[in-house]
Amino acid sequence: MTLAGVFIILLTLSIGAFLFYRGSATFFTDKHSVAEFLFSAVWRPAEQGSGGMVGAAIFIIGSIVISGLALLIALPFSVAAAVFMTEISPSLGKRFLQPAIEIFVGIPSVVYGWVGLTVLVPWIARTFSRPYGYSVLAGAIVLAVMIFPTITSVAADALGSVPCEYREASYGLGSTRWQCICRVEIRAAAPGILTGVVLGLARAFGEALAVAMVIGKMQAFPKSVLSPTTNLTAEITADMGNTTSGSEWNNALWTMALFLLIMSFLFILLIRAIGKMGAEKE
Amino acid sequence: MITPEKKARAADRAATIILYITAGFFLLLLAAFTFYILFKGFRACKPEFLSFSGIGIGVQFFNTVYLVLLSLLIAVPIGTAAGIYMAEYAGSGRFTRFLRTCVETLASLPSIVVGLFGYLVFLVMTGSHWNLLAGALSVSILNLPALTAVTEDALSAIPEQYPAGSFALGATRWQTITGVLIPAALPRIVTGVVMAAGRSFGEAAALLFTSGMSSDINFLNWNPLSLTSPLCVMRPADTLAVRIWALRTEGTQANAAALSDLSSAVLILMVLAFSLGARRLGAHLKRKMTGEGE
Repeated sequence: MTLAGVFIILLTLSIGAFLFYRGSATFFTDKHSVAEFLFSAVWRPAEQGSGGMVGAAIFIIGSIVISGLALLIALPFSVAAAVFMTEISPSLGKRFLQPAIEIFVGIPSVVYGWVGLTVLVPWIARTFSRPYGYSVLAGAIVLAVMIFPTITSVAADALGSVPCEYREASYGLGSTRWQCICRVEIRAAAPGILTGVVLGLARAFGEALAVAMVIGKMQAFPKSVLSPTTNLTAEITADMGNTTSGSEWNNALWTMALFLLIMSFLFILLIRAIGKMGAEKE
Repeated sequence: MITPEKKARAADRAATIILYITAGFFLLLLAAFTFYILFKGFRACKPEFLSFSGIGIGVQFFNTVYLVLLSLLIAVPIGTAAGIYMAEYAGSGRFTRFLRTCVETLASLPSIVVGLFGYLVFLVMTGSHWNLLAGALSVSILNLPALTAVTEDALSAIPEQYPAGSFALGATRWQTITGVLIPAALPRIVTGVVMAAGRSFGEAAALLFTSGMSSDINFLNWNPLSLTSPLCVMRPADTLAVRIWALRTEGTQANAAALSDLSSAVLILMVLAFSLGARRLGAHLKRKMTGEGE
């Protein structure tokens, strides 16, 4: 049993080590600065050897903007669904919403991407009369549907574990159900809801194929939510297979993967910090 | 006159209605989504699409099931063992805290990153070509943290009297774990495994660079060592989810859209079956193991 634990630790460390080893070549072998990778928008990596430019800012901004927008879309719905499940009608919630959410989680990301591509993208093109519907908006909507179940189930857990006395005290003071929900329960459950938000954000940030299908893969900063752009995961999936191992281009893609790994680790630390904050508040 | 009280009541009623609408909206969205995919997929379906030849999805269906099975064979023993360790053996020391961080980090890793790691370690470092085993190993890395977590939760949820009773009868820790705790936790663990399987069917990002985007197999050849045999684990193998992706990006095939629709429909059916199956199975095992209904 201990061996299995040790195995998981070794596995995690080796994933980190290998990605660091390949990802750091951009900085050590090809001699680019970290600042160039993070902040420059000039992406012209050399296909053989080195000597190009590896500014990944467009991809990083693309990832941030799309996940952020997805979160903005999903959050109100998720909190509303969680409130419905815990406060308004737990029986309906448990019988219908809970299984529905589990099925939403299980739907493969390529299927979301495929429906986004065949339904959402043409719809956006028609509605906003654009030549193409590939856009930040399409990516964000697809991601919002994907992270909605994550946020909802974590938020529902958090709302469900708000002590009963809080609710009773609030009703005792004569508040309506809605007042109790928005002034007492949501506030008491805030750390838990925030954890759900970070988990959803982490999922959105690392999602590859569904976004890659609808985002348009255009190497430019998005001018509006309707313009196409690209992001880290889309770039990695598109080009990793076309590059020669050890070239500057290939190394830069590994650096992006390393960046994704570091981000997911940061998200974990953030969740830990939120958890600690919540524990102190009580 | 509108008193604050009336205002609060009206707000309450409005909020309740809005919340009902939101909840209804989701159920409708899911229903519409599912029926749309199923309808579109099977409407476009022609008998030859279900065949095991180049124009059908039979091969991909077989690959998907085989790959998920292999990955569970690898992930279930390690994941449950780690879960048992966390629930029963681990103290509150540094090692446990670190292990917990590792499990959480693994759980939050984007699948594309795991796929790249698999590509690097299982293909580049072993010098092999795209193969099914590398894909299965990558998927099992993705499943490990969920299996660990579900096992730990299942064991922690067992009432304290169970192990106490077992110890009082003179059982050792190992006897208690295998004879009392694991049977009691089995319904939840099995549910977790089935749900992990359901999720793995749709995995694609981790497979693009590990098990490849093509298959060339001959269903008359059942020698597991031959590269064209369906059983061979060292052959390239594309799954249904990878096929959808490949058809989208390299849609040279005439029936690309229809095949993608059908593959999506089949995947959704598998997800529905496994999700509902997990619930049923969990409830059934619970009755059987504990003698109580839900």
